[in-house]
Amino acid sequence: SRVLGGAGPGAVKRELDDEMLEQLEELLISADMGVDTALRVTANMAEGRFGKKLSTQEIKDLLAQEVARIMEPVARPMPLYAKKPQVVLVVGVNGAGKTTTIGKLASQFRAAGKSVVIAAGDTFRAAAVEQLQVWGERAGVPVLTAPEGSDPASLAFDAMVKAEADGADLLLIDTAGRLQNRQDLMEELAKIVRVIRKKDETAPHNTLLVLDATTGQNALNQVETFQKLADVSGLVMTKLDGTARGGVLVALADKFGLPIHAIGVGEQIDDLDAFDPEDFAKALTGAEDIK
Amino acid sequence: MFENLSDRLGGVLDRLTKQGALSDSDVSTALREVRVALLEADVSLPVARDFIKAVQEKAAGQNVTKSVTPGQQVVKIVHDELVHFLAGDDQNPGDLKIDNAPAPILMVGLQGSGKTTTTAKLAKRLKEKHGKRVLMASLDIYRPAAQDQLAVLGNQVGVDTLPIVKGQSAVDIAKRAKQQATLGGYDVYMLDTAGRLHIDETLMQEVEDVRNVTNPRETMLVVDGLTGQDAVNVAEQFDGQIGISGVVLTRMDGDGRGGAALSMRAVTGKPIKFVGLGEKMDAIEEFHPERIAGRILGMGDIVSLVEKA
Ligand SMILES: Nc1nc2c(ncn2[C@@H]2O[C@H](COP(=O)(O)OP(=O)(O)OP(=O)(O)O)[C@@H](O)[C@H]2O)c(=O)[nH]1
Ligand SMILES: Nc1nc2c(ncn2[C@@H]2O[C@H](COP(=O)(O)OP(=O)(O)OP(=O)(O)O)[C@@H](O)[C@H]2O)c(=O)[nH]1
Ligand SMILES: [Mg+2]
Ligand SMILES: [Mg+2]
Repeated sequence: SRVLGGAGPGAVKRELDDEMLEQLEELLISADMGVDTALRVTANMAEGRFGKKLSTQEIKDLLAQEVARIMEPVARPMPLYAKKPQVVLVVGVNGAGKTTTIGKLASQFRAAGKSVVIAAGDTFRAAAVEQLQVWGERAGVPVLTAPEGSDPASLAFDAMVKAEADGADLLLIDTAGRLQNRQDLMEELAKIVRVIRKKDETAPHNTLLVLDATTGQNALNQVETFQKLADVSGLVMTKLDGTARGGVLVALADKFGLPIHAIGVGEQIDDLDAFDPEDFAKALTGAEDIK
Repeated sequence: MFENLSDRLGGVLDRLTKQGALSDSDVSTALREVRVALLEADVSLPVARDFIKAVQEKAAGQNVTKSVTPGQQVVKIVHDELVHFLAGDDQNPGDLKIDNAPAPILMVGLQGSGKTTTTAKLAKRLKEKHGKRVLMASLDIYRPAAQDQLAVLGNQVGVDTLPIVKGQSAVDIAKRAKQQATLGGYDVYMLDTAGRLHIDETLMQEVEDVRNVTNPRETMLVVDGLTGQDAVNVAEQFDGQIGISGVVLTRMDGDGRGGAALSMRAVTGKPIKFVGLGEKMDAIEEFHPERIAGRILGMGDIVSLVEKA
């Protein structure tokens, strides 16, 4: 890591003092954790250890443990229910990776023996339907579509009818990207949820908010607003195969406690992993670098 | 959700001396708050650090006018410096180098940053505002339906797109675009590329090859305005390896604070040329440094307040 320098294992021990704490805070801030959360995490880690001499490795391990401790309770796979079809609504801001994640999820559920149907609920963006159709082919899953510009809520409703008639286990519904401060578009999303509930009042059974790991502190606003308007039940973070470390997830875990179901680690169909709090914490703090 | 800078500074500084020159300690106290404000606005840490240092030098010893508080004074200094940093010495950020027809414009960036949309928006602008004949080509042979996406947008804005030929490499498509642009008498040809990670050696090499065969007049890095701390890495790698000539910040219609603008500018030294403000084809504007500065600092009219005083 840039901040703590390249000391090897068994290197000189340093005192855990204010200066060291500040460096650790900066390490976490540069992973997008945000100032407040970074302060809290380092303070917790330092409790009872202030003034002690520790090696770089020990410090990073402790920091990673602290992060993992916060993330442990939110690391939960997407729950499956007996309901047929189980309706999964996928939402998020533009370009976050919703459509790609649906392709990956469809493939994983198929591999687990589920019958899956996809609804191409992004009736707005250019070639969004064609994009999802390719993913449907790759995953071996049918994709229900409606013409460009048509009402996504009625497509969702029709898709539920069809999925039920076909006896599908899962219905994955894609939606158009929307920024959370666009009230009209958020209202459109709330309407999709309302219409889905007309068909099945327990649906959507999962509402996944897809977050892009390169996003900074705005992810907090995203979660807050999408949760309010669309009852988000879980998160997926994409693009963790880059250099962004997704530290905002720690602030989110702290503040909202929503489960994190999966992470996107590439553009291929298999590039969707379970969220592992320890791996995440190690990558975030750089604890793995010096092992 | 975020406390704005003037509130923050008000609390800290109103307790301090009301008049006279700003002391070093007043300035340091204030700048600690400024640092937090910048980081909350997603300015990358090393950039925030350098910026604070520059402001520190400017602010020490400056006189506080009677009618404003030291906090307001510091906010004004910070704001001015931020505008200065963001603006650089670009007179007309919205001008693109498109002499010597056909002028190639290369669009690059991370996955999902808004390249394809921005390509079509700029093409529309060049056509309608500058009366240029534009050809667009999608070099994205990876993302499903990426080439269709550009074709649909081309139809919407009335700009030609290069016919899609399956199985060609990105470099082959670029060469074909160049040829077609030359033969077809186009003024500009725009190359929309696949999204790529700055650490993906194969794909970074691919776009380097495209650059080498087309020699773009402009190479625009398209960056999501909601980007966090990773902005420095993205800027360093894309500029270092491909050499960009300008930046487009997208999704500035969101409620993000836009700190990535400062990071981009500081790391690359290249102008931010345009700001994307929505999904519609005319939702693009030239870059206005003052607007982004106020937004990064999360403050309203404090600057005009000081100006009037
Ligand atoms: N590197 C990387 N790229 C990803 C990942 N997930 C998605 N992408 C890419 O991100 C870009 C946007 O993905 P989409 O699935 O189209 O995103 P979306 O949220 O559906 O976008 P809109 O529908 O336009 O709002 C595409 O180029 C994807 O290939 C990931 O985990 N890692
Ligand atoms: N709100 C908003 N959305 C935008 C803006 N620019 C682009 N988008 C949306 O962001 C999403 C991704 O845009 P694209 O143009 O497909 O992005 P890209 O960089 O070409 O994506 P890849 O080719 O997959 O890397 C789409 O849903 C666009 O409509 C903008 O300025 N504001
Ligand atoms: Mg999509
Ligand atoms: Mg594209």
